[in-house]
Amino acid sequence: MTNRKGILILLGLVAVGAVGMAISDDGDRNGTRGGWLISRADVTPVANAAYGEECGSCHLAYQPGLLPALAWTQVMDPAALGDHYGDDASLTETLRTEIASYLAAHSADQASGTRSRAFAVGFDPKAGTGLPRITETRYFKRKHHGVPASLVTGNPDVGSFSQCHACHRGAAKGLYNDSRIDIPSHGPWKD
Amino acid sequence: MKTSLVIALVATGALALPTTLLAADAAAGKAGWSKEYPQSDGSPARSCVTCHGTDLTQPGRQANTGKAIEPLAPSVNPKRLTDQAKIEKWLLRNCKWTLGRECTATEKADFVAYIKTQ
Repeated sequence: MTNRKGILILLGLVAVGAVGMAISDDGDRNGTRGGWLISRADVTPVANAAYGEECGSCHLAYQPGLLPALAWTQVMDPAALGDHYGDDASLTETLRTEIASYLAAHSADQASGTRSRAFAVGFDPKAGTGLPRITETRYFKRKHHGVPASLVTGNPDVGSFSQCHACHRGAAKGLYNDSRIDIPSHGPWKD
Repeated sequence: MKTSLVIALVATGALALPTTLLAADAAAGKAGWSKEYPQSDGSPARSCVTCHGTDLTQPGRQANTGKAIEPLAPSVNPKRLTDQAKIEKWLLRNCKWTLGRECTATEKADFVAYIKTQ
């Protein structure tokens, strides 16, 4: 009996040791729950070269799972691309159709991940006057409701809620969970 | 359609052979680089400098998103001016955003000639 207890304790220590190693192996110095515990992306990372290149040259290539298909269709409309949130993002028709199909096929409402699916909840394609925005989705607003403006819009190193990667340091890889947040001139996020 | 095709062909030719087909003028490109275009929607006047800066060997900054733009100068960034489709795409987009219209073949050739000298 004592022996079995000892073995269990030993096994427990080995497991703790493994976690410790996983944390120290994690390149992200800000990840407090680093390693295999959060190895799965919260939102499926971008896996289309044309999208990464064409859209990612001006801004973070937002994962397709951050908006529902209808929203992406609106964004990728040829006329809409001519005035893309104030920029000209015109594409050749070949590239436009390739990227639009990729985004629609991997959109929030097509995704299997719960976090992605949350971004599709309550989306109204007729709401608002401009193009859809990730920052206007119900889920995004709920998750950022308690974030003071001083940390984002009033923070020169962030500037806007569109700059996901400014605070979510793993954003480019689809890692958005709280443990990967490091707000410039502020630090980790504590609820 | 026919006119745009001719323009596209001329532009392509101008970019491929700026010194022979069109007398591309690097000095004119340099002057055009910092020429400011007032915006009708009340936003600040725009020029090439808005995003790319005056020193082309230095990185630029996308005016809306703040994303870094790799230096345009081929002397420090040899990938520049090597991809025809890329040159066309950015000249189209950036002329429309900055000047509010597409650039003429001459203007484009001049810009390319100027960038080449950097």
